[in-house]
Amino acid sequence: MAEESILTDEFLRQLIDVGEADVLVGVPTYNNAATVGHVVQTIRAGLLKYFPRERAVIVNADGGSRDETANLVRGASINDLQHSTDLNALRTLHSISAEYAGGPATGTALRTILASAELLRVSACAVVSPESTTIGPEWIERLLRPVYQGNFDFVTPLYRRHKFDGLLMRNLVYPMTRAFYGRRVREPYASEFSFSGSLASHFLAQDIWVHEVGHTGTEIALTMSAITGGFRLAQSFLGVKPHLDARSADLVAAMRQTVGALFWSLEPNFSLWSSIRDSQPVPTVGGEQEVTLEPLRVNRKRLFDMFRSGVAELEPVLKSILSPPTLAELQRIATLAEEDDFCYGDELWARTVYEFAASYHKAVISRDHIIQALAPLYRGRAFTFLVENREASGEQVEQNVENFCLTCERLKASLLELWNGKK
Amino acid sequence: MREIIVHELTQATQELVREFARFLPRLMVMLIVVLVGWMIAFLVKAILRSFLRLIKFDKLSEGAGASQLLSKAALPSSTELVSRFAFWTAWLGFILVGVSALGILGMQEYVTRFFVFLPRLLVALIFLFIGLLAASFFSRAALLWAVNTDMPSPRLLSSAARVLITVFTASAVFEELGLADSTMLFAFAIVMGAVMLGLAIAFGLGGQDLAKRFLEARFAPEKKEGKEREDELSPL
Repeated sequence: MAEESILTDEFLRQLIDVGEADVLVGVPTYNNAATVGHVVQTIRAGLLKYFPRERAVIVNADGGSRDETANLVRGASINDLQHSTDLNALRTLHSISAEYAGGPATGTALRTILASAELLRVSACAVVSPESTTIGPEWIERLLRPVYQGNFDFVTPLYRRHKFDGLLMRNLVYPMTRAFYGRRVREPYASEFSFSGSLASHFLAQDIWVHEVGHTGTEIALTMSAITGGFRLAQSFLGVKPHLDARSADLVAAMRQTVGALFWSLEPNFSLWSSIRDSQPVPTVGGEQEVTLEPLRVNRKRLFDMFRSGVAELEPVLKSILSPPTLAELQRIATLAEEDDFCYGDELWARTVYEFAASYHKAVISRDHIIQALAPLYRGRAFTFLVENREASGEQVEQNVENFCLTCERLKASLLELWNGKK
Repeated sequence: MREIIVHELTQATQELVREFARFLPRLMVMLIVVLVGWMIAFLVKAILRSFLRLIKFDKLSEGAGASQLLSKAALPSSTELVSRFAFWTAWLGFILVGVSALGILGMQEYVTRFFVFLPRLLVALIFLFIGLLAASFFSRAALLWAVNTDMPSPRLLSSAARVLITVFTASAVFEELGLADSTMLFAFAIVMGAVMLGLAIAFGLGGQDLAKRFLEARFAPEKKEGKEREDELSPL
C-alpha cells in the first residue's frame, strides 16, 4: 500500500471510516461550483438506482477549490434524493471529499482516486467529470456495470456529439492512437471512464506518475496503459457530451494534454507499437457513437488565417521538425486562396503528424515547442475537415474519419523509418 | 697585456659555461613541463570531446543557435571548438608554468594573472553558452505564443526577446571578464533604454489595438465570450 503516501491524513481517515466498498465513483474537482452539485446528485441517484445492493462510495478529490465546490459535494445529501424519489440504499453509500496535496492537477486527482479504489478494495471504479452537465443516472450503470460484472477491465465512453465537435479527437487523437496501438478506442482521452480494481493497482504501479503525463494528460496515459497492458477494453454509450469542455477551450493546452501524452507514450512502448500493423475493434455496450447535425456557427476564416500565418511565421521552427518535401507542400497549400483549392488532405496531414512524432522522439527542439508548433497546422486540417463535411451526413462524417484512420495505418511504416533515421 | 686578455676571456667563457650549466636544468624542467603539459592537455581534449559527444553537446548548441553562428563563420563544430579551447588553455597554462621555472624576472606575475583570469574566462564562456541557449529558447517560445494567440508581428516579438537576452548576456560576459566595465554598463543601459522606449512607443502608438486586445483578454475576458472563442468548438 505504498500509494497511501499520496493520500493526505484527512483523506486517509475518511477512507478508513468507509472500510471496504464494492463500487467507487471518483469526481476530480477544482472550482466547479457551477456544475458539481448536479453531477454529484446524479451520481448518487445512479448508484441508488442501479447498485442498491452494493457498498458504494463517492470520492471527491479536490485541488483546493476557492469556491463552494467542496461544500456542494458534502451538501449533496442522500436524504434529498430519498425524499424526492423512491430511491433507497440497501447497503452503505458513503460520500467523502478531501483536498489532495500539491495544488490542482488532474493527474494527482486521478492518482488519489486510484489510491482510494485500491485502499477500499473496490471491484469497479468510475471517474466522472464535474463539468458533465448532461449526465444522467444511467451513465453510472453504463460505466460501472461492464466492469462490475467482471467482463471488462477498462471502459471508455461513446458520446452523441455534433459532427464538428471534438475535431482534434477525430483528426488526430483517435486515428493516431488507433494506428499506433491497434485498438479502435473512440475516446482515448475521456473525462468519464471506468476500470476494475486490479487495473487501478496496475495504473498505480506504472511510472507515469513521475513524468509530466502524471500531472496533465493523465487520462490518455491511462488509456495507453490499459491497452499496452493487454487489459480487456470496452466502450459504453453514455449520451450527449457537453458541448464546451472547459479543459479543452485552449487549443495548445488541449494538445499538450492529448498529443503530448500520446507522443510521450511512444517512447517506452516502441517494441509494442512498432510491431502492430492494423487495428482491432473494441466491444461496445449500449450503442455506437452518434453524430448530430444541428447548425453551428463556426469561424472557418479565422482557422484558415491562423494556419496561413502559422506556416509563414514558424518557417524556421517547422524546418527543424518537418522534412523538406512536407514543408514545401505545406507552404504551397498555405498560399492557395481560401475558397478555391485549399485542401490539407489525409496523406499530408498523417505525414505531418508522423514527422512531428519522430521529431518529438528525437527532441530536435524543446518537446513542448514541437507540440505548440503543431497547433497552427492542426487549424489548417480542421479547416479542411469543416469544409469537406459542411453538407455531410453523420454517416459520411464517420466514413471520412474511418478513411483517415486507414490512411494513418497505411502510412505508419513511414514513422518507423523516421524513428531510427538520422533526419 | 695579452695574458690579461686571455685570462679575462677564459673567465668570461667559464662564467658563460657555468651560467649555461645552471640554466640547463631549468630549461630541461621547462621542456619536460611543456611536454607533459601537452600530453595532459591532449588527454583533457580527448576526454572532453568524448564527454561532449556523449551528452550530445552539438545538439544543445544547435538549439542555442551557436552551431549556426559557427557554421557561418566556417568554424568547426561546438564540440570540437570547446575541446580545442580546453586543449590550448591547459597547454598554455603548462607552458607558462614551464617558462616561470626558467626564473625570468617579472614572468611570475604574468603567470599568476593568467591563472587568476582562467576561472573568470570559464565562467564567462558558461554565461555565454547559457545566454545563447536562453535567447534561442525564449525567442522561439515567444514566436509560438504569438502565433498561437494570433498576435500581430510574431517574428518581431521573437526577435525582441532574442535581442534583449543576448544584450543582457553580453553585458554579463563582459562584466565577468572585467573588460571595459563602465563602457559596457553604459552601452547596456543605452541599449535597454532604447529598446524599452521603442517598445513603449510601439505598444502605445503603433500597437493600440494589440494593447487593447491584450488588456481586454487579461482583465475583461467576458467581453470575448461568444464572439471569437476558439472556433466555438471544443477540440476534444
